[in-house]
Amino acid sequence: MTVADADPRPADPPGDTRPAALRELPRWGPWRTGLAILRRDLFVTGREFPIFLAQVILQPLFLLFVFGKVLTELGYARPGYQLVLFPGLVALAAVLTGLQSTALPLVIEFSYSNEIEDRLLAPLPIGAVAVEKVVFAAMRAFVAAAVMFPIGIWILGSIPWSSSTGVAVFVMIVLGSLLGSAMGLILGTYVPPNRINVTFALVLTPLIFTGCSQYPWPSLEHLRWFQVVSALNPMTYVSEGLRGLMVPHVPHIQTWVCFVVGVTYLIVLMVIGMIGFNRRALG
Amino acid sequence: MHGGAHEETSAALTARPRGDGRSAPAVEVDGLAKRYPKSAVDSLAGVSFQVRQGEVFGFLGPNGAGKSTTIGILTTRIRPTRGRAVVAGVDVVADPVGARRVLGVVPQQNNLDRSLSVRQNLLFHASYHGVPRAERIRLADALLDQFGLADRPDGRPDDFSGGQIQRMMIARALMHAPSVLFLDEPSTGLDPAARLFLWEKVAELQQAGTTVVITTHDMDEAATLSDRVAIIDHGTLLALDTPAALVRGMASERTLDCAVDPGPTTDADALAATIGALPGVRETEQLDDPMTGAWRLRIYVEGEPAGFVAPVAQAVSAAGGSLTDARLGEPNLEDVFIHLTGRALR
Repeated sequence: MTVADADPRPADPPGDTRPAALRELPRWGPWRTGLAILRRDLFVTGREFPIFLAQVILQPLFLLFVFGKVLTELGYARPGYQLVLFPGLVALAAVLTGLQSTALPLVIEFSYSNEIEDRLLAPLPIGAVAVEKVVFAAMRAFVAAAVMFPIGIWILGSIPWSSSTGVAVFVMIVLGSLLGSAMGLILGTYVPPNRINVTFALVLTPLIFTGCSQYPWPSLEHLRWFQVVSALNPMTYVSEGLRGLMVPHVPHIQTWVCFVVGVTYLIVLMVIGMIGFNRRALG
Repeated sequence: MHGGAHEETSAALTARPRGDGRSAPAVEVDGLAKRYPKSAVDSLAGVSFQVRQGEVFGFLGPNGAGKSTTIGILTTRIRPTRGRAVVAGVDVVADPVGARRVLGVVPQQNNLDRSLSVRQNLLFHASYHGVPRAERIRLADALLDQFGLADRPDGRPDDFSGGQIQRMMIARALMHAPSVLFLDEPSTGLDPAARLFLWEKVAELQQAGTTVVITTHDMDEAATLSDRVAIIDHGTLLALDTPAALVRGMASERTLDCAVDPGPTTDADALAATIGALPGVRETEQLDDPMTGAWRLRIYVEGEPAGFVAPVAQAVSAAGGSLTDARLGEPNLEDVFIHLTGRALR
């Protein structure tokens, strides 16, 4: 709501006994409320930023070190493999961090802590609370993916980077972050709390290993069934998209295909997730 | 925002004028019904009532009667199947966002933000509701003080007792100065002192002009706090009136319980007949076997039971016995409640 006269209610609702200062609030609008909720999440995460970083960095750090550095130096992986691996691990960090940053808090807030109620009772549409969750989780995911770059330079010595594709890489990481967060919205709202552990085990492992983060998708042509399975994983398009942008000489799915499929997936996942969220939030 | 508006906001908590009888109702419910998916019956089967502005409205009913569904609809968390619900002039179905601006909710279970301190809980709640920064800081400090939480404003909710949590949730709900405050079973699990404190605060809120809708199982609480009480069961409204009027409706339940020490010549049946013939006595009932020890009689009367003590004592001594104890049985809200909803456990 941006203009006061867009508010259809009378200026002074008959039963409204609140003081004038608060009655004027419709002008603040749901946008302000949404930003206030986002500010709360940033405030809480900001206070524990080192813990958050350790949480999101450790797994990709080890993957990068073992696969990109150790295996290559021992001769088990071909030189240059780290170039294939790095974009995939950036995608992995974005998608997984996004997923975990929505799914786990939602499960806890809807069942054990009921913390979400105060936000569901705030003056903004219920769906906007879900969008805020996804946006905030995507911000965490983006940070997790971004810190992979300095870590990559540190462990691998150098990372594939071209300033001409910088903006596209940025957009692709944002897309990956949102995709992961949208998947987390679905998990967090459809899975009952007593099942979340088993669901995580059943969902995360296949997600990690069919997302083409460790190998290019076209190279799977001799393992056709696995290639088909991998094509169903939204993360594949983030891995392949980043690979195409960062190491274009490696065979990859065309970048525009990755964008189109990624955005389509995002829309579908968000719609499913929002339906789940509304079901949980409204009786 | 200018200074004058700020002052008005903080002053409003203590000195808001009470709504007069002519103003629009604070809550208006008309033919409200809810059937949950996969359920064969209506959880709420067409309930209508109005809550006046500045009123404390008690909402009573056994578990599963439809209380929570009604409150859920009024607080925009449950969508009704049929009917209309308006809070402070805002239709909760057509404009849930607008309704959430004018209502406050104190839930039964702790839903405080555990990642935030007590003070931050209040401040962030106000920021969700768009209360300007300077104003919310002032309001938070005032409310922490009023609710006896000022000594540990930086503690986390997990470190506090049930009574303190309850106070925090009320303080939080008041941060956006709601016109209508919903309290869901607020005294459940509170010790007597905490309960009295809660009652005082509700009375103060009413003084300040806030309408309070309170659900409770505690009949004392309902009778003490509420201007009017609604009793609901099986999704329908059974009664709606002031506690006093509801109790008056149970006048047939006024009793005088007597203990009689019989003399050697006292005849139980004859005594019961004599007392039963006194003007204003509707019925007498022997509570114990009159052959063993003291006799106990329950006398159902019309009018004040106290007025029957003397005539009954005379009748007893005339029969050669003596009256050793008399208890006046006034019906209370609990009798009304049990009368309307039955004794069955659910």
